[in-house]
Amino acid sequence: MSEPHDSTPTGPRDARHAWARLRRAGSPRPSRSNLLAMLLALALGFAIIAQVRQTSIQGLETLREDELVRILSDVDQDGDQLSGEVRDLQSSLELLKSRTTGEQEAQRAAQERLDALGILAGTAPAKGPGILLRIEDPQRLVRQNLLLDAVQELRAAGAEAIQVGDVRVVASTWFADTDGGGISVSGSEVTPPYVIRAIGDPNTLAGAMQIPGGVTATARRAGAEASVDIRDEVEVDALLSVTTPQYARPVPTSTP
Amino acid sequence: MIPALGLAVGVLVGLLLQPTVPVWLQPYLPIAVIAALDAVFGAVRAILDGIFSDKVFVVSFLSNVVVAAFIVFLGDKLGVGSQLSTGVVVVLGVRIFSNVASIRRHLFDA
Repeated sequence: MSEPHDSTPTGPRDARHAWARLRRAGSPRPSRSNLLAMLLALALGFAIIAQVRQTSIQGLETLREDELVRILSDVDQDGDQLSGEVRDLQSSLELLKSRTTGEQEAQRAAQERLDALGILAGTAPAKGPGILLRIEDPQRLVRQNLLLDAVQELRAAGAEAIQVGDVRVVASTWFADTDGGGISVSGSEVTPPYVIRAIGDPNTLAGAMQIPGGVTATARRAGAEASVDIRDEVEVDALLSVTTPQYARPVPTSTP
Repeated sequence: MIPALGLAVGVLVGLLLQPTVPVWLQPYLPIAVIAALDAVFGAVRAILDGIFSDKVFVVSFLSNVVVAAFIVFLGDKLGVGSQLSTGVVVVLGVRIFSNVASIRRHLFDA
């Protein structure tokens, strides 16, 4: 910094003089000007503190127009940025929501399919309105073809789930006579009285059993006694475990 | 000594009273304070130069404050308030620095 007013060289003597001058100037001299100077200094101290305080609590109201404009544009910019962020987040929220809905929909459809297939394949218990066909055969006169006919008639009448004794009837179920005069259903022997449970429209099923020349008539001719019991709720609770086919392989089809 | 005492008392009173600056004074006070500080340093330098005069100090103090406030007022009216304030602060700051440098040479020979 250039100091054009301070060209005179100073030495130790001058420094002593300077301190003495300062002391002299500082010594109390009750003159009017000195008093005024003190008042001014007092006002200066007060003003400094007031300004410092003011600066520390300053709000927007003391700012100049251009500063306010700058702050306003800053705030505008921030607002734009934040609303853009809000838009982004909302769109991703929508995306996630729709994805979740789609997944739930797919899961519901899959569950429905699983239930239907479970009932078809015999891996899920089923209950509903249906009939209970009871064939009393103490002398073991009934052969497997009667049960097979009964099952086929029930299927033809729209039975959705059938159980013979404790064996679920599915696509692979077979009937055979055993040597002891009994009947084997898919390898497990059932003994009289034969109880066939079928879920479906009860009246249709019962009608199919009782038509002339139908199952009940055939049973009676064979020497057994068949009775049909219409129930509001029949439980088909025998289960099969699904075995993976050993030879059959699905042929890939073009899914729509 | 008495002006220094006055300054200390003023600071103390300000701390005790916790004053708020009235709105009409708010744009001018900071510049006025800087101008007054310039006058004070100028006065100390004048003492050391041996040319101090109470009258000159009082007049320069008041005129500094009034002129600084007037410049700020004018700048606000002309729409260049902040630039002019900055200019005044720079000029007064330079003056304070040069005064302090002179005082330093007088007192410490450095």
